[in-house]
Amino acid sequence: MSARDEVLARVRRAKGPDQPPPVPRDYRAAGTREVDLALFAERLRDYRARVRVVPADRVAETVAEALRERGARTVVAAPGTPPEWAPAAIRTPVGVADLERADAVVTGCRVAIAETGTIVLDHDAPDQGPRALTLVPDYHLVVVREEQVVAGVPDAVARLAGVRTQTWVSGPSATSDIELERVEGVHGPRTLEVVIASHMMGGTDRNDDSR
Amino acid sequence: MTFLGMPAGRGNLTGAPFPEAARTALKDAQLRRNLAKATTTIRAKRAGVVAELPDWAELRAAGAAIKDQVLADLDEHLVRFEEALTARGTTVHWARDADEANRVVTDLVLATGTEEVIKVKSMATAEIGLNEALAAVGVHAVETDLAELIVQLGNDRSSHILVPAIHRGRAEIREIFRRHMPGVDPDLTADPRALAEAARKHLRHKFLTVDVAVSGANFGIADTGSLVVVESEGNGRMCLTLPRTLISVVGIEKLLPSWRDLEVFLQLLPRSSTGERMNPYTSVWTGPTEGQTSHVVLVDNGRTATLADPDGRAALRCIRCSACLNSCPVYERTGGHAYGSTYPGPIGAVLSPQLTGVVENPTLPFASSLCGVCYDVCPVAIDIPSMLVHLRGRVTEAKRTTPESTAMRALAWVMSDARRWRRFTRLGKFGRTASRHVPLPGWSVARDVPRPPEETFRDWWEAR
Repeated sequence: MSARDEVLARVRRAKGPDQPPPVPRDYRAAGTREVDLALFAERLRDYRARVRVVPADRVAETVAEALRERGARTVVAAPGTPPEWAPAAIRTPVGVADLERADAVVTGCRVAIAETGTIVLDHDAPDQGPRALTLVPDYHLVVVREEQVVAGVPDAVARLAGVRTQTWVSGPSATSDIELERVEGVHGPRTLEVVIASHMMGGTDRNDDSR
Repeated sequence: MTFLGMPAGRGNLTGAPFPEAARTALKDAQLRRNLAKATTTIRAKRAGVVAELPDWAELRAAGAAIKDQVLADLDEHLVRFEEALTARGTTVHWARDADEANRVVTDLVLATGTEEVIKVKSMATAEIGLNEALAAVGVHAVETDLAELIVQLGNDRSSHILVPAIHRGRAEIREIFRRHMPGVDPDLTADPRALAEAARKHLRHKFLTVDVAVSGANFGIADTGSLVVVESEGNGRMCLTLPRTLISVVGIEKLLPSWRDLEVFLQLLPRSSTGERMNPYTSVWTGPTEGQTSHVVLVDNGRTATLADPDGRAALRCIRCSACLNSCPVYERTGGHAYGSTYPGPIGAVLSPQLTGVVENPTLPFASSLCGVCYDVCPVAIDIPSMLVHLRGRVTEAKRTTPESTAMRALAWVMSDARRWRRFTRLGKFGRTASRHVPLPGWSVARDVPRPPEETFRDWWEAR
């Protein structure tokens, strides 16, 4: 008998005859909570991400400002990002060796979760690009549009059904393996910078940097 | 009973008997201090983030129920998962036990012609002893999780599910790096930042050049064929993304029926495990991605034997969060090595003996005070204390004649008859001598053997 048939036969012999009770889903499901943008920013900062909340029409200049402050010279952006975000960035597909030399990468995102400070990338979307893009460079700047922010994990999971390749990002790379002391930036980007494009902010000129 | 006769698991699931192995740990004051500090810190963090969710109890109940649903129809979920994976272009392999899983993976690796693979931290590959199997065919497996790297370079064993090097202090880690990490700065300090940076430099080149990666999976989604890996450092993303060939070793119990179920587990796991609202990185992939070749190896290795016991199968709900380790007073004093298995702590005490059969791991069900805190913190509500009691019964059943059981049976015979009992108690004088000379292994190690009285109560009563 093949390993497959044998393992399946064992499972059939081993499982009980009874059906367990149905899954109780009385936890806070998708669509039951309001989005709190301030909470999202706060949770991102808890993870030591850099956060700027700006009106939607000020995204381009905020991205430019962030890249200037970072001192980024070689900037790569996901091919489908709006050209006005980082106009000088490389938008053609680049190899890993080039990503190693890049100072910064700029992308959008698919969905973001306020309660956990999480940003989810859809790697089939042209404004988010292949997985190596947001992994190899040491600095990742991501633009989150307000309408992409959801309240909790169930809301995000609902929006992500059918998305084949995803990376959920909550703050910069981190480890706590040495005496449980948190150290940022082991292998992934050591700095995560988030520009939140808010509609509610109207014309207010708020450059809300965490540090 | 049905659970007898189902083939047991092999691999790194057994070690020295717990009481023996624990004795070494209990003498190590440094180890106990390291562990106490680490477990106290992480317990407090976990409690804080769990308290933030008003629906934690509901999530926990849902998590337990989803896993029970998976186990109740595991064959159907596995077949669906295989279909979804195959339809997307992933090659699916099956393995009855550790040896077969190792053979499948080593054959796949050898076929690529590589002499080195990079690895994402994976309990399943530690369980089957994959690194050793690869070494036997001349392939070096590089652990890329910082803690696993510390363990590997130090030629050591993991002692915790989540933080395998929890037993090591920063000074020890510096020494391990200075001695065993090629090209490391000899002036390396013991600052965790400097140590992490050294690991980053050491591994960067591997990530960019090694072309085959081996991973496990935290979850497999039966209806989509998606695999999910949850991690912190980005080493997982590196391994999953850059190599051209990806081989994922997945225990058959890792499935979730549908995509939606992740909404429960991505809340339960990070909060229970590292005490964070969310871990820094979660990777989800569905079929080969960006030109990769992808293989999935589905491993039984004692899981069906565990499934066959109605009173023990809930151990297969485990999502390897390690909350039970961090809460356990026994683990806190003995550390993970004492459990002798890839799976230490309370979950190890119920999982390992079931995977191997209790005969191979007879001391683990007794490695607990039954205080119940492991059950309280378990995000999928595994009733570990009741399961331990159940497994103790199975151990006793499996080992019907021990010196202890013989003595107990003899005592039962003596006590069932008043005259016999009276004559027996008069043997006190003899007993006083005998108790000093007759070894009672297994009893006298942990208990004081009482000295029988000079005169029995009955004799005293009648004589007054």
